[in-house]
Amino acid sequence: MALFTVNLNVVSAEESLFSGSIKSLQITGSEGELGIMPGHAPLLTSLKPGMARIVKDNDEEEVIYLSGGMLEVQPNHVTVLADVALRADDIDEQAAIEAKERAEQHLNNHGSDVDFAEVASELARAIAQLRAIQVAKKKVQ
Amino acid sequence: MAVGKEIKTKIASVQNTQKITNAMEMVAASKMRKAQDSMAASRPYAENIRNVIGHIALGNLEYRHPYMEEREVKRIGYIVVSTDRGLCGGLNINLFKQVLADAANWQQQGAEVDFAVIGSKATAFFNNMGAKIVAQVSGLGDNPSVTDLVGNVKVMLKAYDDGEIDKLFIVYNKFVNTMTQQPTIDQLLPLPKSDDDEIKHRWDYIYEPDANVLLDQLLVRYIESQVYQGVVENLACEQAARMIAMKAATDNAGELIDDLQLVYNKARQAAITQELGEIVAGAAAVG
Repeated sequence: MALFTVNLNVVSAEESLFSGSIKSLQITGSEGELGIMPGHAPLLTSLKPGMARIVKDNDEEEVIYLSGGMLEVQPNHVTVLADVALRADDIDEQAAIEAKERAEQHLNNHGSDVDFAEVASELARAIAQLRAIQVAKKKVQ
Repeated sequence: MAVGKEIKTKIASVQNTQKITNAMEMVAASKMRKAQDSMAASRPYAENIRNVIGHIALGNLEYRHPYMEEREVKRIGYIVVSTDRGLCGGLNINLFKQVLADAANWQQQGAEVDFAVIGSKATAFFNNMGAKIVAQVSGLGDNPSVTDLVGNVKVMLKAYDDGEIDKLFIVYNKFVNTMTQQPTIDQLLPLPKSDDDEIKHRWDYIYEPDANVLLDQLLVRYIESQVYQGVVENLACEQAARMIAMKAATDNAGELIDDLQLVYNKARQAAITQELGEIVAGAAAVG
């Protein structure tokens, strides 16, 4: 079995969100989507706001939202060091939608003293949260 | 009958002290539980980032970050984590003794020592000693945040970058259990190597986007998380030590009260006996 599963730890500054062996991990790296399978070459990358989709060794799926952080891959071990992480079930959908609308409004009202980069990253976070919720819902149906 | 008035006053005063120490014990017990929770919550992150850093230190990376190079040691830095308040037994002083022994060891090898202190107890102690303090922060309260510590960490990292210090340690009390707090000195820089045997062969990471940007970001985050973890652990230790110290004080006050009560009763008894003796003697003389 050692070849078909890999150990994954997902931790944020506040808590440990996942620890166990998995079959694959899908995650948003700073340069694009990444699929990590067991036996992956050593990799170090930063993460963008997005979600991590984990396929556990019993084929169950789990979706976790990440606000950013770092990913380290070793052939036998994967570590996600998240800044802020939330399980998809724990995300407040209403708050995410409001945050998204607020950010979009800010972006449209340019000219005012809005920090463009900050608003854009806020928007990215909100969208990533909503996507994590969508994927989690699809999984339940 | 004014027998042993002084003793009674003394008993009352000890009882008042006992009430205070008892209350402090209970406050410390409840705060300890909270501190333990926050310590347990941030521990996985600190441990995992430490593992990752250990792997990085082992690898044959194309980009050698200065934090990985062992340099000749001319000057070393300690980040000393202490409490803001006293009445917690020998917690701080045990820690300081450990640091001084370690520092003396380095000084024998010709290295000089800098301190960055966290908590007012360490500030007072190292000021008194005339040690060189390069950064100081205190008054973190019961819920310290990473942002409070960033300044201290930055000073030390800058000193390391500029080659002013060649080694950096963090000194704090490790929380083993309620009864035991272990003074601990951990090396932060240069990075300690991981003892994970499985990845000893030659390898390097694939980096996205860029090796030095990533490592800079990761290493600074690593140091911050280790210092934060030290502070949180020290906080749990402080509350545990205070709880134990106050429990001992309460018990001692109880014993003191018992002893004084005994002395008081004996004195009263002696006075009564003496009075009786006088009355009997007087009656005998009259008769």
